[in-house]
Amino acid sequence: MNWLAGTLGSSIGKKLMMALTGLGFCGFLAGHLAGNLTIYWGKNAFNSYAEHLHSLGPLITLAELGLLFFALIHILTGTTLFYQNLKARPFRYSVNKNAGGRTIGSRTMPYTGFILLSFIVLHLINFHFVDKTGTTIYQIVHGAFANPGYVAIYVFAMIVAAIHISHGFWSVFQTLGANHVKYMPFIKGVSIVFSLIVALGFGFLPVYLAYMV
Amino acid sequence: MTKTINLTLKIWRQKGPEAKGKLETYKANDIPTDMSFLEMIDVVNEKLTLEGKEPVAFDHDCREGICGMCGTVVNGRPHGSEKGTTLCQLHMRHFSDNDTIVIEPWRSRAFPIIKDLVVDRSALDKIIQAGGFISVNTGNAQDANAIPIPQETAELAMDAAACIGCGACVAACPNASAMLFLSAKVSQLALLPQGKPEAARRAVSMVREMDRLGFGNCSNETECEAECPKEISITNIARLNREFYKAGFFSSEK
Ligand code: HEM
Ligand code: FES
Repeated sequence: MNWLAGTLGSSIGKKLMMALTGLGFCGFLAGHLAGNLTIYWGKNAFNSYAEHLHSLGPLITLAELGLLFFALIHILTGTTLFYQNLKARPFRYSVNKNAGGRTIGSRTMPYTGFILLSFIVLHLINFHFVDKTGTTIYQIVHGAFANPGYVAIYVFAMIVAAIHISHGFWSVFQTLGANHVKYMPFIKGVSIVFSLIVALGFGFLPVYLAYMV
Repeated sequence: MTKTINLTLKIWRQKGPEAKGKLETYKANDIPTDMSFLEMIDVVNEKLTLEGKEPVAFDHDCREGICGMCGTVVNGRPHGSEKGTTLCQLHMRHFSDNDTIVIEPWRSRAFPIIKDLVVDRSALDKIIQAGGFISVNTGNAQDANAIPIPQETAELAMDAAACIGCGACVAACPNASAMLFLSAKVSQLALLPQGKPEAARRAVSMVREMDRLGFGNCSNETECEAECPKEISITNIARLNREFYKAGFFSSEK
């Protein structure tokens, strides 16, 4: 297994792990969003979606463990990269200017990442590790967003997620070696569209639940 | 009549590798705009020498944009703000009268400062020594037409081979990564039949050497490609990644 550790532990190997886990999260977000949109069909639709999901039983546990495994890799590798990259330039420039390569997304990756991590912890406390006896998931969610503070936090977190993904999505393809003159402009376009879908799709739900139903 | 301009320069001065450096201010008056940036520093240095002061140390050689020796960060931009231009080919007509110009050395843990604006870039040579070559038996060169290479492939290899190893990509990268340099050196050989036999060993040992030397990791910021005086594309980095995965996962290379 020496070769595997050597390959994955290299700078490119660490990027590969970030890319594969990050792409996994993008897929998860797409699925999660599709499920959450049932809220617009009313509380019964949303509750029955949740029930169907949980009736999958062991499959759901498996998916959760998979996500947790991906999260551990993404967070530990991301943190390692962040510190190594800081260390690679111990003495900073006194004038910093960009040539137009960096974007808000690319320059903030570690920071948006850490904000997302804190959000994910809060999100799990809010809706996963709660007592669900004698209530429905709709009631829990609706109750939470009665608090304008939560609405603000959730909307903010979704904007942060969109910024993270705006760089992350196309970056995955570059990291995997899939940079082709014919497809790269399209992949960069999808990157922007997907981050907008995440920001608007997830971000509007708390507002809708708090003020429109 | 040649137009002349007056400039205020803030130049990084540092006596030696261990010394503490700082930005010092100099006047450069009556600089003809036809001069190159390096000639402008020459003028400043002549004046300093006549005054009995230590001239500013900076690297240069060909002064025609092909050797890769020159390079400093000018107002936050490696080789200055002109696209696809080395510092020696940057002309003073791109500056205005009374401009203040801040001149700093490449900054990276892997490039220790030797003096003033001169940094030690032998780390890039070490990366090449780790595998940036092909092994051939000496003897008669074989007939050039014996190995057919499509024109398009030859062009891609040539584009990668345009890298002059100046280190601007490292200086420009927010993470001080040498991936653009390494990707050009791996690509120019990986694209051609002569480079194929050693491709796996080359990719693995060059990446390993780069990591060992203390460069940062690529995070696809793409600043390198924007600053490269030879406009090397990050599609080379994608190719390097592919070469590395092939070598790491599908070859017998350890
Ligand atoms: C739903 C949550 C998340 C999604 C969808 C996501 C997605 C992504 C994607 C697609 C990438 C690009 C990988 C590449 O460049 O090849 C990435 C990179 C990154 N992520 Fe995340 N991520 C999430 C959460 C986090 C968290 C919680 C952290 C906290 C440590 C984090 C830190 C980073 C960092 C530092 C990078 C940049 C790595 C580099 O390019 O050097 N991410 N993320
Ligand atoms: S001095 Fe040779 S490239 Fe500038």
